[in-house]
Amino acid sequence: MIALEKRAQPSRAWVVGGPVLAVVLTMLAGGLMFAALGTDPVEAIRIIFWDPLFSERFAAYSRPQLLVKAGPLILIAIGLSMGFKAGIWNIGAEGQYILGAICGAAFGLAFYPSESPLIFPGMVLAGIAGGVLWAMIPALLKVYARTNEILVSLLLVYVAEAMLASAATGWLRNPEGSGFPGSRNLARHAGTANLELIAGTGMHWGVLAAFIAVIAAYVVMTRHVLGYQIRLAGQAPRAARFGGVNPARLVILCLGVSGALAGAAGLFEVSGPAARISIDFNVGYGFTAIIVAFLGRLNPIGILLAGLLMALTFIGGELAQLMLGVPAPAIQAFQGMLLFFLLALDLMANYRIRLKREGMA
Amino acid sequence: MIIDPVTLIVALITVSTPVLLAAIGELVVEKSGVLNLGVEGMMIMGAVCGFIVAHQSGSTVLAFAAGMGGGMALALLFAVLTQLLMANQVASGLALTLFGLGLAALLGVGYSGLPVPTVGRPFPDALQDLPVAGPILFSHSALIYVSILLVAAVWYVLARTRIGLVIRAVGENHDAAHALGYKVVRIRFATILFGGACAGLGGAFLSVIRVQNWFEGMTAGAGWIALALVVFASWKPWRVLLGAWLFGGIAALQLRLQAAEVGVPVALLDASPYLVTIIVLVIISSDRTRAALSAPAALGRVFHASS
Repeated sequence: MIALEKRAQPSRAWVVGGPVLAVVLTMLAGGLMFAALGTDPVEAIRIIFWDPLFSERFAAYSRPQLLVKAGPLILIAIGLSMGFKAGIWNIGAEGQYILGAICGAAFGLAFYPSESPLIFPGMVLAGIAGGVLWAMIPALLKVYARTNEILVSLLLVYVAEAMLASAATGWLRNPEGSGFPGSRNLARHAGTANLELIAGTGMHWGVLAAFIAVIAAYVVMTRHVLGYQIRLAGQAPRAARFGGVNPARLVILCLGVSGALAGAAGLFEVSGPAARISIDFNVGYGFTAIIVAFLGRLNPIGILLAGLLMALTFIGGELAQLMLGVPAPAIQAFQGMLLFFLLALDLMANYRIRLKREGMA
Repeated sequence: MIIDPVTLIVALITVSTPVLLAAIGELVVEKSGVLNLGVEGMMIMGAVCGFIVAHQSGSTVLAFAAGMGGGMALALLFAVLTQLLMANQVASGLALTLFGLGLAALLGVGYSGLPVPTVGRPFPDALQDLPVAGPILFSHSALIYVSILLVAAVWYVLARTRIGLVIRAVGENHDAAHALGYKVVRIRFATILFGGACAGLGGAFLSVIRVQNWFEGMTAGAGWIALALVVFASWKPWRVLLGAWLFGGIAALQLRLQAAEVGVPVALLDASPYLVTIIVLVIISSDRTRAALSAPAALGRVFHASS
């Protein structure tokens, strides 16, 4: 009979190897899914994981897209990971991302048609403020009313989507857009554009912010007392309280940071790649970032790599749609599968498998 | 602007049923000490499976069975992950929702707008034609009555039977229940599958009876509202019914207000069911003693029998 024995320390090899194995298993299971959909599985996997980077036909377009898509994912996931480590579950990053975009865009459009260089920094601050504001609702409710932050943050996503629709069709609509929903194009206006910093790489301010966030999170988590408190609160909440960690402060801080980063991600997106506030502005980065955070083991470096991989599946998924006619949701199911395998393989990091003879007590 | 109270109540009962079904299932799951955040994913799987089978077979009974099956299939994944592989329940539940939304959208490609059979109503026309009481009490499809009977059954089993006692024991203290010889993992597998079936049935009701259509993301947070209802109800079955009606009332009312074009912004009306759910959650949670006492003590904790 198989028995499980808890490890005193998580196995280093499995902590690092688990995500890699999960990716391999997802490719196999995803291949089965593609085969069931009637496409050649080997070709589908090659188009998703290989062609965006190395094919002569697509790489020129796809490679810059990698950073464009990875930027918001990494930025949001870094914020989420700090909370997840402390046992604070902000799963409403999608809503904070939307609010960041709305607030930032509103700030920029308020000064239209000014092209002052001060506008873009102001938009960034407004975007961060929007995200923080939205994250403070679950944070304060958790601290003062003990309301479950998972449910509140998630429900607020739907409220944010309603606000997005009203902004796109009403108060932020382009007055020169002949009545169509959607705001003015922010990316083509000098004052509000989030420009590509190095031509042809996809590197914009948001990607730079994501890299800075990775480094900052790494320093905070490994070198700063706050990182120690976050880890302690996550692993032993009672010990943390006796050790002088203020749980209320930690909740506000973790949700605040994740809201700020999600809000910033929204602003960088709306002023760059997405270019405008529209009804379908949000494409689920806030939810995919949850997968990125777990795939990266809540570790900043891991999240950087996981964000790039997840961005690759987005780009490859679009390519597979174009080349093979794979339905768009297939890639979402594919990403969900990855999270399943990852969670399943966590078992190997935390437990040892022992074979026991039947009848032994 | 006139809103007829009778039609509003009829709409309220219809709107609340998917959430009610999902919530009563989740209540049993949580009573056994498991937090399954994948309700939204299981519901949408139920919605798509139910809709496909309803369209293909023309039988609503088969459609509901398929909806339950779809929900249970996802629930089984969750059970394996959290009970056998001892994965984190919060993360696994989220994975279930993300995967379910993707898989359902994939299965439902091409099914949008296809016709489904209409369901019959169990009561004779004479009863349905009664003033006021007729539409409110007798005009619904059979599944609505089933859902209310289900609430009664869940209450009875949890409160009055030995099985219910064992489920609650497992949910309060799994180590003690294990020491008494109860199969914690097996019992939790059963409750998780029951929860999946209920959520799937709720989803199938949504697509086959209420909307009579399928589109991506059609559950629109109903699964999350069901989770909130369980907290709102302080883990008591009858209060789930009350909460579902409250939510259904708000949702039905806001749709009517939108149609009547009153001076309230559409965004606020769209958001109102979610906002009201949050407000109610806050009121319930801030009552320190009650919220803390009624939550199952082992909720969300991983069980690993060391011996």
